[in-house]
Amino acid sequence: MTPPMIELKNVKKSFGNNIVLQDINLKIAKGQSLVIIGGSGSGKSVMLKCLLGLMAPDSGQLLISGKDIAKISASDRKQVLKKIGMLFQSAALFDSLKVWQNVAFGLIQGQGLDKITAKKIALEKLRRVGLSPDVAELSPAELSGGMQKRVGLARAIATEPEIIFFDEPTTGLDPIMADVINDLIVECVQDLGATTLTITHDMASARKIADRIAMLYEGRIIWEGAKTHINNSGNAYVDQFIHGNAQGPIQMDTAKS
Amino acid sequence: MINPLAIIGRTILDGLGELGRLFRFAAIATSHIVRPPIYWRLIGQQMWLIGYNSLPVVGLTALFTGAALAQQIFVGGSRFNAESVVPGVVVIAIVRELGPVLGGLMVAGRVSSAMAAELGTMRVTEQIDALVTLSTDPFKYLVAPRLVAAVFTLPLLVLVANVIGVLGGFLIGTERLGLNGATYLQVTAEFLEAADIYSSLVKAAVFGFFIALMGSYHGYNSRGGAQGVGKATTNAVVSAFIAILFTNLIITVIVFGVTG
Repeated sequence: MTPPMIELKNVKKSFGNNIVLQDINLKIAKGQSLVIIGGSGSGKSVMLKCLLGLMAPDSGQLLISGKDIAKISASDRKQVLKKIGMLFQSAALFDSLKVWQNVAFGLIQGQGLDKITAKKIALEKLRRVGLSPDVAELSPAELSGGMQKRVGLARAIATEPEIIFFDEPTTGLDPIMADVINDLIVECVQDLGATTLTITHDMASARKIADRIAMLYEGRIIWEGAKTHINNSGNAYVDQFIHGNAQGPIQMDTAKS
Repeated sequence: MINPLAIIGRTILDGLGELGRLFRFAAIATSHIVRPPIYWRLIGQQMWLIGYNSLPVVGLTALFTGAALAQQIFVGGSRFNAESVVPGVVVIAIVRELGPVLGGLMVAGRVSSAMAAELGTMRVTEQIDALVTLSTDPFKYLVAPRLVAAVFTLPLLVLVANVIGVLGGFLIGTERLGLNGATYLQVTAEFLEAADIYSSLVKAAVFGFFIALMGSYHGYNSRGGAQGVGKATTNAVVSAFIAILFTNLIITVIVFGVTG
């Protein structure tokens, strides 16, 4: 049996007394797209940071292609990270570099390509996400939010990674632009045959991108299944979340007089 | 009830913890300076930003300080008919102390704050995390070039500041105080020793290290959005100032403490 591309085993993480992740267990098979939904503060971003090696878990294993990202050496982690692309919530483009240099960054620094070849690939990836070569010479500050997300996506797929993480890919975008980004993500991921993990609270995005959906609540995975089953999950928390109801088992901390 | 001893103890422990984190950060950053890949283009870029862009402020500071110093020494010396000491005292004060210290403080104000603001913004906008995901070590790409550039650029800046500071004293001495130009230069050369220049350059290199270290450390570890970046910027400048003044004292005591 083929081992999963990404696997989390009994992952725990807390900050002082605040337990953020409690015994997380997840498996993502090669080529599969898993979307993790959950409200703000449910631990989604911490989980992603642990998977990228940006944060160490308190215990448990975070296996990427069978290697525990939290326990391998820095040079091994660098090799694992070369297989990964990441689209950040804020796109996280480098202000000091032009758009094409942002897209080509991983090709030049990570793969050691020369600038001319890297620029050619960067322009092709920009075209792939619907941006013209004129945009390539601009600085990120000159772009709209939607265009920055596209550049972020182009940067994430530039090295043709085996795994792509998406952190709130549609947050801050209007519904039409959000749908454009969702379509681009689906197309790009299909092109590459990549394994993806997305965290979002946008259900439209989750339904479009996912093969499977898991819900994180108070640091635990409370439901996981195929996206076609989410409307019949039989889980009151999931039902409340996907319908966006204020009433239900999930209580929001709101000050009431 | 508030226990004063507990507060003092916690403050000391917090301070020691911060110092430990700073040493660790410095050790990691320094280790990256000598390990490839070395980003020569970024080092050059930082040398330009730190050095060339700081020249006006450092030059003007040195010019005015040298001139004011000459004026004060002339007034003080004239009480004992010792106006002739002006060139000697000016050059020693400028080269040994005021050139490196004032130059360092001015550059710290400009550069530490800019580094902290830039790296702090990169931190809170996840650009530093993005570097990691693109297989690039932020210490190597962001911190090491700043450290190298500052260590090599500050001595050059201080050398210029020393010359301009002496020139400031020369101008006010010859144009306003009636001192002879040729004699002024001759006395300046007689008083200046090689050790003065070496100590000045060593101080400048050490100050450069701390300017870049404090700017990078506080920026890199900045937290909490715009407010966090503002706090990092302030902390970078204050800690760079303290580090400069403290290490200046140490180097002065080591170099001139015995021989004078």
